Amino acid sequence: MKPEISLQTPILPNDWQRVLGELQFPIGGLGQILAWVELDLDQNLRFEKSLLLLLEKSLVWTNGKEVMSWPMVAENTLVHGDHAGVGHLKLETPHRLESIWYFTLAVNPHVLRLQASFKKMNTAHHVHEEHVANEYDKQICPVCLSPKPANSDSCPTCDPEDDAPPSTWTLFKLWRFAKPYQNKLLLGLVLTLLSTGATLVPPYLTMPLMDHILIPYEKGQPIDFHLASLYLLALFGAALLAWGLGWWKTYLLALVSERIGADLRNTTFEHLLKLSLEYFGGKRTGDLIARIGAETDRICVFLSLYALDFVTDVLMITMTAAILVSIDPLLALVTLAPLPFIVWMIHVVRDKLRFGFEKIDRIWSEVTNILADTIPGIRVVKAFAQEDRELKRFVDSNKHNLQINDRVNRVWGLFSPTVTLLTETGLLVVWGFGIWQVAHRRISVGVLIAFLAYIGRFYIRLDSMSRIVSHTQKAAAGAKRIFDILDHVSSVPEPINPAPLASVQGRISLKEVGFRYGNRAVTKGINLEIAPGEMVGLVGHSGSGKSTLVNLICRFYDVSAGSIALDGRDIRSIGIADYRKCIGLVLQEPFLFFGTIAENIAYGKPDATREEIIEAARAAHAHEFILRLPLGYDSLVGERGQSLSGGERQRISIARALLINPAILILDEATSSVDTTTEKEIQKALDNLVKGRTTIAIAHRLSTLRKADRLVVLDKGEIVEIGTHDSLMNAQGAYYQLYQAQIRQAAELVEGGAIGDTVEENTEVRQEESLQVIAKNLGGGV
Amino acid sequence: MTNQSHRLERDELGRLIFIDQAGARHVGVYPVRAFPITAITAGISIMDSSGRELCWFPDTASIPLEELDLIESELATREFMPVIERIVKVSTFATPSIWDIETNRGPTRIRLKGEEDIRRISGNTLLISDANGLQFLIKDSTALDKGSKKLLDRFR
Repeated sequence: MKPEISLQTPILPNDWQRVLGELQFPIGGLGQILAWVELDLDQNLRFEKSLLLLLEKSLVWTNGKEVMSWPMVAENTLVHGDHAGVGHLKLETPHRLESIWYFTLAVNPHVLRLQASFKKMNTAHHVHEEHVANEYDKQICPVCLSPKPANSDSCPTCDPEDDAPPSTWTLFKLWRFAKPYQNKLLLGLVLTLLSTGATLVPPYLTMPLMDHILIPYEKGQPIDFHLASLYLLALFGAALLAWGLGWWKTYLLALVSERIGADLRNTTFEHLLKLSLEYFGGKRTGDLIARIGAETDRICVFLSLYALDFVTDVLMITMTAAILVSIDPLLALVTLAPLPFIVWMIHVVRDKLRFGFEKIDRIWSEVTNILADTIPGIRVVKAFAQEDRELKRFVDSNKHNLQINDRVNRVWGLFSPTVTLLTETGLLVVWGFGIWQVAHRRISVGVLIAFLAYIGRFYIRLDSMSRIVSHTQKAAAGAKRIFDILDHVSSVPEPINPAPLASVQGRISLKEVGFRYGNRAVTKGINLEIAPGEMVGLVGHSGSGKSTLVNLICRFYDVSAGSIALDGRDIRSIGIADYRKCIGLVLQEPFLFFGTIAENIAYGKPDATREEIIEAARAAHAHEFILRLPLGYDSLVGERGQSLSGGERQRISIARALLINPAILILDEATSSVDTTTEKEIQKALDNLVKGRTTIAIAHRLSTLRKADRLVVLDKGEIVEIGTHDSLMNAQGAYYQLYQAQIRQAAELVEGGAIGDTVEENTEVRQEESLQVIAKNLGGGV
Repeated sequence: MTNQSHRLERDELGRLIFIDQAGARHVGVYPVRAFPITAITAGISIMDSSGRELCWFPDTASIPLEELDLIESELATREFMPVIERIVKVSTFATPSIWDIETNRGPTRIRLKGEEDIRRISGNTLLISDANGLQFLIKDSTALDKGSKKLLDRFR
């Protein structure tokens, strides 16, 4: 479903149309409404609906009882803001506040749209001018007006699939993974049918055993041993057959379900790796790990155990019912009569238990959370001597766990006896009716015994069938969480048939680049041409859009507007892997994988020779410290490995970038997390790296960008200055101020004994302290 | 009495103006509470529009009355944490779930994205964030009526 973007105002909901009609307000027809918002908060921030309309000549507000209107005056402005989930819209004249409206962020997109229309009318005074799809319109879903993810057609708010709770139908989506195994599955089904049939033979044989052997003996006839052994042999044969078929069936289906589970895991991980950074930014690592690990396993267990059991149970019950009816319809009717009641009883008890088990699950995660909290923070716990407190927390939540468990166990303990009781009652009915029937010579004793044998199995099956409900729900929830990942379309799509990338010069051109995150513009209108081999430094406050720009150049995200080109070719038309291979990235926090140092250096080029690795390490000034380690290049690093200092790790990551010999180099705060001495060493390594490559560097310490050919100063997502260090210093603009502020800060650091706080903050603290002293002296309520 | 050297007033545009000891005017200042949930009367700070503290009141009792009125009225428009008094209906026990609730700010409908959006602050106080980022408070989950408790129990 891809509705075309329509720029017309969506139609007013019916109830408001009615209200407006009743009010008899002269708005001159609904067609006159340019924009409308249904506000959901009133002046006192209570949940109360009201309507704000933008007309050609005025702004109208109504709550169904009162109507207020303000004529459109050119100097009036609508100011939008939000705080703690509540948005406000102020109508201001140059001198005073006319009105203020509040709303929750649910209607924020509508409000922004109204504000935009208001602004447009006030500036242009051309109401009927041709609407051009502006950047904002492209970024919102045309149906519900809520912001949608960048460069994607689906709208998370409108998409009903995302909104619905996991339904059992989700499980049918798994068919995609089951399809390769359909022949095996079919065989499994046939085997299930046969083995179930085989298990039903022994009770059937009790009938002739009774009627032809035992009853005649009671009546004084000798036992026909030949016939008896024939029946017993048949009984044993049936049991053996059921055993063999059951084993084959279980093995086969478990095999298939394991394979389906493995395929599911592989496909999910493969898909996950292709998703953009935007996706990972919004997810917690633990959650993703759980989805791929535990959820696929849960589905697998469901398929191999519960689904199989369920099918067996259904078959068993239908077959039993059929056999019973074929033997004696009347007795069958009496036997099956209490069935619905028993099913209902079992269901009720199960339901109760299910919530109990869910609760136990949650409590259990609380217990593990305490562990996950305390163990990584053990240094803090010990340093502040709070072991007792953590222990108490753990004991408390365990106690909670016990309480809930006790409650569930009370019901749980009741469950099996209840089923037994119901079974016995059922048996009782059959016994009673059966004896009466036998007395009237309507059925033989054998038939009655066979019925009794069948019915015992019957009720046990009912119990296990009812169990499927909760497992199905859990598996459905798991399947939904997995398909959440699988159905997510990467916001950085791979081009179709990309032409291979020939030798790269390294010219990067950004044209009118804009990027939005949700409904917030992060960068806008950036134009920048970076020549091959040039080093450009990105400078600005934190949050000025430096990292966003780098992420866009790396194509971790796609631009919302404009384009980025490499050697004149739009990067969206280059294969993603091809493109990233010509980029070397050195991050603030270098990440080392678990493995040897040599493997880590060769991460981007696994087939690199030892000589190449050593050469890269030498150039990165890492060779010597690596040789000082006891195992040299074979030392294990990363998590659980040799601990390296920040500077050492950084030099390994520089060697890693050097080894792939990239045309473009991106240094994202590469020296920020190390002290100045280490920075000098890294700087030497970086100088080797930068040589002859197009380099984009972000640095917090402006001094590290001295070598840059040009500096680009960013502020609030826009370029404010471009130039060399000297020219920017002479210009005395934004860069000059940044530089001065940093020098001041450095001086203060030295002065303040370099213990964190700047002098400025210190004076503030002192001021506060003195205020408190004054307050105390005055006897104020401190 | 502690901070008589400053002045607080509201201008025609509805903004708060703080005039400090040196006579400098800070336009668009706003008050914040330090402990908005656990101790609403303890600790109120006046911040300027760029988020720097201008003035600190350790307690609402230490604020001159006329200023307290201004502060309270400003806080009223900034503080929005409806207290859930009753959960009327939930669309489903699996998340995402739509809840019809009654709050101290009137009845409304919220969308709960996941069970992890129900967080315990301390004791029986719960904080529930809905899909739009609004936060709702349940002051004492044990004090809710039986029906609400039952519904809530299904989610935590």
